[in-house]
Amino acid sequence: MLTKRLIACLDVQNGRTVKGTNFVNLRDAGDPVALAARYALEGIDELVLLDITATVEKRRTLIELVRNVAREVNIPFTVGGGIGAVADVEALLLSGADKVSLNSSVLREPGLIDELAQRFGSQAIVVAVDARQTNEAAASPADEAWEVFTHGGRRPAGREAIAWCREAAERGAGEILLTSMSHDGTRDGYALGLTSAVSAAVGVPVIASGGAGAAPHFRDVLQPGVADAALAASVFHFGDLSVAGLKNYLLAEGVTMRPVG
Amino acid sequence: MNIAVIDYQGGNVQSVLFALERLGMNATLTSDPDVIRGADRVLFPGEGEASSAMRALRAAGLDKVLPTLTQPFLGICLGMQLLGRHSQEGPAGGTELLGMLPFDVVRFTPPDAAHKVPHMGWNNLHDLQTPLFAGLGSAGELNPQSDSNQAPVAPSLLPTAADYVYFVHSYYAPVGDYTIAQASYPAEVPFSAGVRYRNFYGVQFHVEKSGPVGEQILKNFLTADLA
Repeated sequence: MLTKRLIACLDVQNGRTVKGTNFVNLRDAGDPVALAARYALEGIDELVLLDITATVEKRRTLIELVRNVAREVNIPFTVGGGIGAVADVEALLLSGADKVSLNSSVLREPGLIDELAQRFGSQAIVVAVDARQTNEAAASPADEAWEVFTHGGRRPAGREAIAWCREAAERGAGEILLTSMSHDGTRDGYALGLTSAVSAAVGVPVIASGGAGAAPHFRDVLQPGVADAALAASVFHFGDLSVAGLKNYLLAEGVTMRPVG
Repeated sequence: MNIAVIDYQGGNVQSVLFALERLGMNATLTSDPDVIRGADRVLFPGEGEASSAMRALRAAGLDKVLPTLTQPFLGICLGMQLLGRHSQEGPAGGTELLGMLPFDVVRFTPPDAAHKVPHMGWNNLHDLQTPLFAGLGSAGELNPQSDSNQAPVAPSLLPTAADYVYFVHSYYAPVGDYTIAQASYPAEVPFSAGVRYRNFYGVQFHVEKSGPVGEQILKNFLTADLA
């Protein structure tokens, strides 16, 4: 049976991971290649490398990093963060990334999704959507209003979130990486209502992101009809949850998972 | 050992080269028919869309070369699908494929909104045959030189980590006499996860991205007697 997926997200800047980690027995937790290999060994299903470098050197260091991760790691990974040019997408895929995630560039130019999907195949194109709830006092999930934001949730993109996800999938995105900026960092659980609504609106897999703090949060977001995959960063990096422990918990809770070997 | 990885602008070949490198093997990335013919093993990766892949193969003259090869040959993902007769993928009526194996590639038709296309992620293999899959399977049992009469793994036996491989595809080859491994999507609908005709093998999943299970299969391909 097709399993639900657990995805660890590594934030990198100038070729180094930026969020701290306290992995024991890992000599250099700032080395994204070592960290990625460690997660793969522990049984994570996929990885996302999110590059937040904002220098002219970005392109070169990112391609080098992708090559090094692809050389070491035997599971799929996605690379994202400020990627827009077709030539950059091509270079990253040719360097060994399985998928490239796009965010602000496709909001500025939605036709880029069509172009990239035709050229590289939908399976390689992930559209990342950062959504924020604009009416926190909504009476029920059906009344929630979600808008797309850019620049770390500071700048409204002028798009309603569910409609934008649907458009991205129709244009050829092979997967939607949906982050709730309203839940990110809270550790109170994922945005279940928003994620279900997006999942029902698109025919492609949906990765939920933002809000993971404890094992039951993963169980809830990986129920049928909610998310196909759950992404987290700090709960894994800081060792609050081990991949194996979380997978065993989810299997016991009836979530289909690739067991840890 | 001489390993050729076929280069026809068919997508992410780098991952296949790295996977071989992790096994300590160097491969030649090539579209040269003589180099391909002279190799001990041939890997045929593929990603993207069927009609453009076929166009690239024809442009390189490889559509005539591949069917004449006699050494163990492994198509991966789209590289497996291209071994068939016809695919629904492609403009106006689909795409004529290489016709080396007797299957037609069709699109997944999900029964409900919970089943997404592409079929993306880790799924378990079952009904494994041939030494390509030796050392895999539930309960860690070996699958030795088996034939098509081999009993399927008992359904009561839950899949273990050793059964799971990584898939990303929207089209599939149905199960037939050529099938040497199955996976199911939705849960009750099996499709061909592996195929074989003579020396031509194909796997639908990404053997190069399937963790230790993928590495075992790749190792089997390089070392087992697959004639």
